[in-house]
Amino acid sequence: MAEPTQKLEESLRSRLAGRAGFEPGPRPQDLTVRLNRAEDVLAATDELCGNGLSFAMLVATDEESTADRDLKLRYIFEPGPGFTLPRPDIFITLLVSLDLVRPEVPSISANVPAANWHEREAQDLFGITFTGHPDPRPLVLHDGWPKGLYPLRKRFDAKQRPAVEQAEEFPHLIVEGEGVFEVPVGPIHAGIIEPGHFRFSTVGEKILHLEPRLFYTHRGLEKRTEGLTVFDAFYVVERICGVCSVSHGLGFCEATEQIAGVDVPSRGRVIRTLALELERLYNHAGDIGNIPAGAGYHYGTSAGLRMKEALQQLNERLTGNRFLRGLVTPGGVRLDVTSEIVRSIESVVDVTEEALGSLVDRIESNPSVLDRLDTTGILAQKDAINLGVTGVAARASGIDRDARRDHPHGAYVDEHGPRVSVVTANEGDVHARLNLRAAEARESMRLIRALLSSVPNGPICAIVPESLPPWGIGLCAIESPRGAALHWLRTDGAGRVDRYHLRSASYANWPAVPLAAQNDIIPDFPLVNKSFELCYSCTDR
Amino acid sequence: MLTAILRSLRTGVVTVRYPSQPSQPPARFRGAPQIRPGVAFDALPPPSVCPSGAISGGPNETRYAIDIARCLFCGRCAEQSAQGALEMGREFELAARRRESLEVEVESSADGQAMQLATLPPGEQVDKWIRRTLGRSLQLRHLDSGSCNACDWELTALLNPVYDVRRLGIDFVASPRHADGVIVTGPVTRNLETAVRRTYEAVPQPRVVIAVGACAASGGIVGRSYASAGGLGEVLPIDVLIPGCPPRPEAIIFGILLAVGRLHERRL
Repeated sequence: MAEPTQKLEESLRSRLAGRAGFEPGPRPQDLTVRLNRAEDVLAATDELCGNGLSFAMLVATDEESTADRDLKLRYIFEPGPGFTLPRPDIFITLLVSLDLVRPEVPSISANVPAANWHEREAQDLFGITFTGHPDPRPLVLHDGWPKGLYPLRKRFDAKQRPAVEQAEEFPHLIVEGEGVFEVPVGPIHAGIIEPGHFRFSTVGEKILHLEPRLFYTHRGLEKRTEGLTVFDAFYVVERICGVCSVSHGLGFCEATEQIAGVDVPSRGRVIRTLALELERLYNHAGDIGNIPAGAGYHYGTSAGLRMKEALQQLNERLTGNRFLRGLVTPGGVRLDVTSEIVRSIESVVDVTEEALGSLVDRIESNPSVLDRLDTTGILAQKDAINLGVTGVAARASGIDRDARRDHPHGAYVDEHGPRVSVVTANEGDVHARLNLRAAEARESMRLIRALLSSVPNGPICAIVPESLPPWGIGLCAIESPRGAALHWLRTDGAGRVDRYHLRSASYANWPAVPLAAQNDIIPDFPLVNKSFELCYSCTDR
Repeated sequence: MLTAILRSLRTGVVTVRYPSQPSQPPARFRGAPQIRPGVAFDALPPPSVCPSGAISGGPNETRYAIDIARCLFCGRCAEQSAQGALEMGREFELAARRRESLEVEVESSADGQAMQLATLPPGEQVDKWIRRTLGRSLQLRHLDSGSCNACDWELTALLNPVYDVRRLGIDFVASPRHADGVIVTGPVTRNLETAVRRTYEAVPQPRVVIAVGACAASGGIVGRSYASAGGLGEVLPIDVLIPGCPPRPEAIIFGILLAVGRLHERRL
């Protein structure tokens, strides 16, 4: 066990005075702490946060059919922004057992704001009560869902389609005062955008309060994977989100490979990483073009869309799919890179580098665009840390974290593999997020060239056995274009998927958008929103 | 400003000529799975190879069918079929007016060979009323009914300088009140069903409904569950289905032209 894990174990041992069991896992360097009493989760969380760890995800499981006959919660923590670099690649799991009939546990959200949505989700889908939760309104299941029915419990048949019941209007927070107006927007928006409801409380144009309501695209995809082989479930996970297809597919595969104990050949790892960076590149290029759309600068939008199109056409040449689907597979990759494809990638990357430079120059030399970008949508570093914000949004607010370095995956685990140089900015506004994307796109292009120059020989895929070891747990973090996505996978007694849970980067970042939009004006909201560019589908699943 | 103009002049026209000129997808592109002529019926891969359940029937039955509306174009059936009995086609112009036209049916001949039955034509006939009222132009309201955003981004791509569907009289409008129809992505989630119905009802008649991608066309990988209706057809009458996961932009253009009966404009 790694040294930092040992230190954490000691401090938890003394704090919990014998009321907990300790064991390594899920990965050898990780630590799992079984709490004898559910209420100790408050003390344990306090101890971990005091030691510089931050909350990463909450996984609920229904274990009624096992010998334990209970519901379990796993609070997963990782070294946070306060941890000195280089941070150890560890996860600490606090494991709590809850009674099947009356599942209750104290809420940690008042102390750990990042846990807010996680607890509300477990409340909706598993029927767990988080006592003292500051905002226990439903999150995932919308109006008219029958009370007392919890779709992620094992007893609930996924094919069941309960009738929509009469429901009262959802209790939004109402801002009162002279001249306060409420502006409801969505779920169906005016552009080609994913669905979500935003309720602005404004005075004049100024936003006093913004309350987003999401989970309109909740498709029950986690439930959908249950009972499938990992090979079938992979296709579901690859389709949770279009623009994060590689990241999510890869996260699921790495979790699978952990359970199976399979090492991916280094050529396969390099090709996976290449795809991961190509995914980041086409997303960042498109996002850099989309931000000017929020400022009415159409030259910039067209230039960005064209860059993205060239990269997506490259994706199709590489994988047969414009979203890079069909490349990653459990054990490695399905398609090899040929010398023709290498040339193709190199030439598109060259063109993109030139186009990106020119577009950024155009934006930087246009005062009317800059006027819209500067000091708009500021996300304070303190808020970003409290909410566990990740990816571009975190780095643009001065938080130095990147899962490619902090939880290495793909070719980033290789000792002689490429190293990411993490870029940060301090302003935390739309302009900072735009520039940071440009810097990261350049870094991705450097990494792509480095990966292409040293593709090792050998096989591209290892064999993953048809049936996986029973009750194995896999846990990993992948740096998707929007930030770190965490994957938790467990097999059942037959080696099929018992539970799969994804905490996407967008899920972590959404609660930060209303804070960044506060005190800005409504016309700037599209700009703020596009500068975060979060997926609804990743969040809602 | 001047630099931007000069740069644009230097770049020239980047817009594709599709549909007046054919488009050639790259070598690795996967179109719809098709039966290789002359293979044994028993060599066809079992339904279990398909992650979205698009394949039915098989060795112990007399019938075998692939539902292209449900297909993810992942290529797993072709990979796992003995003697290459199934292969991924090159065709991407797959849109159809009826779900049945997207069913590839296979029967076992007397000597055990797989015989692909003729598929129904995509159906070019457009309702006269639609044709007379909407004419050649089509203003569409995009409606996300719970997609993974891949189809949405491909609709956005239709407006980029490369595809620029406005040159064809096709555009996306902000309000259903301004639209001639809806173009829908996603399987219709429970949380969006009301919004989907209301948006459709807000479109003045006559209106067309175009289902883009496997999820809208059939439920796709999501299927029918507590959270999903399992396809747009469960909620609204569909005029055109565009298979794909997601369909490439030109496949969507093909489907939109089919909706207004303009397919003859290809290959002029």
